[in-house]
Amino acid sequence: MTTLDERPATASGQPATASAPGKPASAARPAPTTMTMAGAINAGLRAAMERDDKTLLMGEDIGALGGVFRVTDGLHKDFGDDRVMDTPLAESGIVGTAIGMAMRGYRPVIEIQFDGFIFPAYDQITTQLAKMHYRSGGAIQLPVVIRVPFAGGIGAVEHHSESPEALFAHTAGLRIVSPATPQDAFDMIQQAIASPDPVMFFEPKARYWDKGEVDPTRVKAQLDAASGASTGTAEMSRARVAREGSDVTVVAYGPTVRLALQAAQVAADDGTDVEVIDLRSISPLDSDTVVTSARKTGRVVVVHEAPTSFGSGAELSSRVHEQAFFHLHAPVLRVGGFSTPYPGAVFEHDYLPSLDRVLDAVDKVMAH
Amino acid sequence: MSAGGPLSTDGLVQLLTADGQRTAHEQFDPYADHLTADDLRAMWRDMTLVRAFDKEATSLQRQGELGLWVQSWGQEGAQIGSGHALNGQDFVFPSYREHGVALTRGVDLVEVLRIFRGLQHGAWTPAEHHFHLYTLVIGSHALHATGYAMAMAKDGLVASGDPAKDGAVVAYFGDGATSQGDVAEALTFASVYDAPVVFFVQNNQYAISESATRQSRVPIADRGKGVGIPSVRVDGNDVIASHAVTRWALEHARSGQGPVLIEAFTYRMGAHTTSDDPTRYRPKAEEQLWAERDPIARLEAYLTSTGELSDDFRTEVEAEAKALGERTRTTVRAWTKPDTLGMFDHVYAEPHASVEAERAWFDRYQRSFADQEATR
Repeated sequence: MTTLDERPATASGQPATASAPGKPASAARPAPTTMTMAGAINAGLRAAMERDDKTLLMGEDIGALGGVFRVTDGLHKDFGDDRVMDTPLAESGIVGTAIGMAMRGYRPVIEIQFDGFIFPAYDQITTQLAKMHYRSGGAIQLPVVIRVPFAGGIGAVEHHSESPEALFAHTAGLRIVSPATPQDAFDMIQQAIASPDPVMFFEPKARYWDKGEVDPTRVKAQLDAASGASTGTAEMSRARVAREGSDVTVVAYGPTVRLALQAAQVAADDGTDVEVIDLRSISPLDSDTVVTSARKTGRVVVVHEAPTSFGSGAELSSRVHEQAFFHLHAPVLRVGGFSTPYPGAVFEHDYLPSLDRVLDAVDKVMAH
Repeated sequence: MSAGGPLSTDGLVQLLTADGQRTAHEQFDPYADHLTADDLRAMWRDMTLVRAFDKEATSLQRQGELGLWVQSWGQEGAQIGSGHALNGQDFVFPSYREHGVALTRGVDLVEVLRIFRGLQHGAWTPAEHHFHLYTLVIGSHALHATGYAMAMAKDGLVASGDPAKDGAVVAYFGDGATSQGDVAEALTFASVYDAPVVFFVQNNQYAISESATRQSRVPIADRGKGVGIPSVRVDGNDVIASHAVTRWALEHARSGQGPVLIEAFTYRMGAHTTSDDPTRYRPKAEEQLWAERDPIARLEAYLTSTGELSDDFRTEVEAEAKALGERTRTTVRAWTKPDTLGMFDHVYAEPHASVEAERAWFDRYQRSFADQEATR
């Protein structure tokens, strides 16, 4: 049994933050608190920076301003210029220099201001960040996290509402995750930072101000126990059954999980028992959890904001057909954005998956 | 040559004339005066070795042993001169033509050919040599170099005053790369963060077929001025001047004064790669003109004039070059394809479900043929 004094050191060689010595850990355990998703990410970043002094933040306006969404609020004041770096307005430059810093043992966490502004960095992310570990035969690890506020629903102008996750999921070497709840946001940002692989962390910006209970102890215990060996990569890559059901499986992630749960609620009134799976991770895709559910329900609907063509739902649908074909009562249906650019704000609620469109898809698969 | 443009010879630092005469230079003589006859012979030796290796690799490509080769022929002065100015604690981010610099960092040149035979994408351990892997996407590594230098400064490895500790980063790229946004961003980041990085631009006058005049209207070194980076133009075929200028730049960066840009004006004597055909875009007369400015012949003329290049030493180096050529040939020809499943290795540092599933499937698929063979 591990006593408090014997708890493992963190990657930086500093002892992990202990609760008050001499007391059982449970006595010092903070009670779950209510947080917004933005607040949970902020708290998760703070915890990661306290855990490992090699963790630093980079981005545009993340210092004194706290980021355009205030996700890094207060961190510059407490950690200073060296660890909360306001950078030049150059996304490729941010990712490229983060790669160089990661080569010297730093763990840069980058904030891209908006989804549509990531493309100047696309080359650095896909040809350099994603491939360096492979290119170097495992000699170079790049534990870089790229935080991307993404998806729509906030009435924004062009380039501020996009869902480009599938573009990155198509590139080997990257891990792609998206939290749907404050608890997952708190846990997964720390797991992403602890991972030795590059992680793209897609934050559903329309959910930033949704509140939820956050228990800070679980991820802490997991990362304390990991001590650099297994880092939490596996934890954040595992899909979550957000609601159990027996008739239809609705798969969602990030911004559409809440929508899927609402649809399940409405469908229940009509006597349809919907299971909701929150993928959490796009790469890797936890198809085992989805296939297990598909074999049970025989009906699958995938919901995401990104265009359905060549999207992550298409990949998931293909895997379900390959691995659960003879259990299916209906073809897998996709509900998502259209094959248009993200339209002007007055159209966005027509473009985005809506409660009606999800229920329409549920009705269609139930008709078989 | 256009007056004042990227092909002008204005303001080039030169310590050795094309015919091998040592000339005085007030600013940079102090950075060359320490060089002993042994130091100069070592540079001559390295230039000779890398050129012999380069020729051998070209032949191997022609024989079908390599998919592609990228010649460094003509640029040995800039590469060996700057490479000899580096200390162990400095860190280099090369492009893909820096075989000369690789040699000075202790990389076994033969191993470099693993990349060009398609065995692997990187053929040495960067941390071991303080020499990063070749970067093929033009200019991308200028940012990695800058970030690495920013991290060195954070780690207190700059401006401590301890010469055994203070280091800097050197990023090598060419005239074409200076048009890339990543290089512009690297110059900006290096400048505003005061990063200890030296941008060493080999202006070999061509980006494949395009003249440097298509990349810039002004000398490449002027690119540094706009972002407040001290910049200098040097005769890249003058190994002594290339060395002196780099030594100065490294001292500047290591002592915490920030980045420097060096433009080494040189010439790519060979093709861009073995797939290129320079006869389609540059005149023979130009190649002949530059052959007369050869960096090896130039140092050889100087050392001969001072009586510091003995016949014995020449014979010794010639034998060494011949042996390197032979070892290159026999080693490359003996390389066989490694285990196919190795292509699934190192995609991620921790297991990734898709990669693992595909590896397992491909293994079963391959074995299924072996089973068929066995039961036949």
